[in-house]
Amino acid sequence: MWARAVWLGLRASAGGRRGFPSKAAHQGSRRVTAELIEHLERLALVDFGSQEAVARLEKAIAFADRLRAVDTDGVEPMESVLEDRCLYLRSDNVVEGNCAEELLQNSHRVVEEYFVAPPGNISWPKLDEKEPFSHR
Amino acid sequence: MATPMLRWCCPGRRWIFAGIGGGSRHGRGVPTGSTSSGKKGQSSVAQQPLITAQKPRKGEREWAAVVGLEIHAQIASNSKLFSGSQVDFAAPPNSLVSFFDASLPGTLPVLNRRCVEAAVMTGLALDCHINRKSLFDRKHYFYADLPAGYQITQQRLPIAVNGSLAYSVCVGKRWSQMVTRTVGVKQIQLEQDSGKSLHDNLRSQTLIDLNRAGVGLLEVVLEPDMSCGEEAAAAVRELQLILQALGTSQANMAEGQLRVDANISVHHPGEPLGVRTEVKNLNSARFLAKAIDYEIQRQISELENGGKILNETRSFDYKLGCTVPMRDKEGKQDYRFMPEPNLPPLLLYDSGSLPTGADPQQVIDIDQLRERLPELPRVTREKLVRQYGMLPEHSFALLNEVGLLEFFQNVIKETRAEPKKVTSWVLNTFLGFLKQQNLAVSESPVTPSALAELLDLLDRKAISSSAAKQAQCVKTRKNSILIKGGLPPHLQPHLTVSGGRKVPGTQRTLTNKHPEG
Repeated sequence: MWARAVWLGLRASAGGRRGFPSKAAHQGSRRVTAELIEHLERLALVDFGSQEAVARLEKAIAFADRLRAVDTDGVEPMESVLEDRCLYLRSDNVVEGNCAEELLQNSHRVVEEYFVAPPGNISWPKLDEKEPFSHR
Repeated sequence: MATPMLRWCCPGRRWIFAGIGGGSRHGRGVPTGSTSSGKKGQSSVAQQPLITAQKPRKGEREWAAVVGLEIHAQIASNSKLFSGSQVDFAAPPNSLVSFFDASLPGTLPVLNRRCVEAAVMTGLALDCHINRKSLFDRKHYFYADLPAGYQITQQRLPIAVNGSLAYSVCVGKRWSQMVTRTVGVKQIQLEQDSGKSLHDNLRSQTLIDLNRAGVGLLEVVLEPDMSCGEEAAAAVRELQLILQALGTSQANMAEGQLRVDANISVHHPGEPLGVRTEVKNLNSARFLAKAIDYEIQRQISELENGGKILNETRSFDYKLGCTVPMRDKEGKQDYRFMPEPNLPPLLLYDSGSLPTGADPQQVIDIDQLRERLPELPRVTREKLVRQYGMLPEHSFALLNEVGLLEFFQNVIKETRAEPKKVTSWVLNTFLGFLKQQNLAVSESPVTPSALAELLDLLDRKAISSSAAKQAQCVKTRKNSILIKGGLPPHLQPHLTVSGGRKVPGTQRTLTNKHPEG
């Protein structure tokens, strides 16, 4: 089913060259703005270090947008490649735990068997407080 | 400017704000949707039950409040939702944590059957439609007590939807005027609990204990059908009793097994709903109603003074008795929900659809669970009223105290006295005595047999009512004096038991009988 969808997509983009650019123009006009980059960086803690990275992101979005060329009316979306698998149910028994020492070894700082973290989330600098991003 | 006065214009929860020049329409916010799981946007005009109200004076405008609740109940299970580490309230920090709970790479979630059964039973008890197929999702946000950076929940397709919860509130001054209200149950979903953060402000750090991380939670979302703190508290109380009767959760708010978040907004009747705020950290039954009512008043005051309500998250400060904006919540949260890629859909069956030859351990039969549902509090109360001819409010009182119903039934079994007399004695004299001595029913020095005997004597008119009351008190003190070996009163130390309660005299009895305390 997945392979078929890809095949249909390829057919659509190959055959409908004239139709496709207008769709792309509509989609592509939504450029990736600095606000969006800042939002994504804050959400995912990734670092778009350069203009090149943003251009790569825009290309990735354009690539994914081609999926819209496929007509999926009336088709159930596939949420997971595991959809035909059985979800295993575990019995309610205690079989793990009691390894505090091992786990705490992973932590940079430890206080009496507690992991140590900074007080609350460290707030991301606002857009105007950061260095302009092309200088990074 | 005169002090603004907030009036309740009727038991049906219409709020009136009387201020100078009241009635101006400024400050109404725009209803907003939210990206949080499962909450519907409040963008339609509310349907408020119209109950006869006093006529508002000239210049005053009525306000109506809308309260929705998100209740998280810890599932009573031996192990966690997706891992085999133990669920326990008090244990050395990080001792009940598996590699999966600590989110170490290479670990995968494995669903606990008991948690699914608990969710289905709760759904059945709340008259929900049980989804034969439900899905798991990831809800992403960063916080030190969420090691994975996401919580596994059921946002798209939860396990149960569209139920209802009936609860009772008393209208009017007297406890006897009780009415039944219903609140819609939007959905019930399975999700993971996070770890615990202990804030050390002195050293500017947070200590993280992951014992609670991964414990199974039932999130019960109640529709915004409630209109004040009292209704919300009553609904939560009834849900608590149901969960305890089912055994799906101990639902003890003091131990953090039941946590409530409230979504509150105000508007003028007939107009669109107002901007909603979310109030978190409502972890005490006592303060639940207070906090909600405070927030309603705050929003009304704010709007009447020309301000705006922000769609924000607030927390209830118990010491100050008010809601305050929460730190760390900058603007709207974007949780970036995505399907949990490591878990296939959860499929449930009924007797008609059970796959043949399937391993019974691997399939869940909804019909079987329905047959095994314990008696719900509502049914128990109805039976009490029918069987013993007591008033509905008495049945509520009997179920409201842990162990009281069992005590009552044991007394009934052994006594010849009329049920109505037993009811009255248990609820008034006996319960009053326990409250005075600050004892739970389980700690009562008076046994059901003893009380039954006492009531028999009373019934035969062998003793008077006042003598009986005295006898009840003396009996307890008599036991304690015998065991203490006759220590004079001023030498009796007051002892503290683990619950932190100091009880003179009678508590000594228990300590001597139960050396473990």
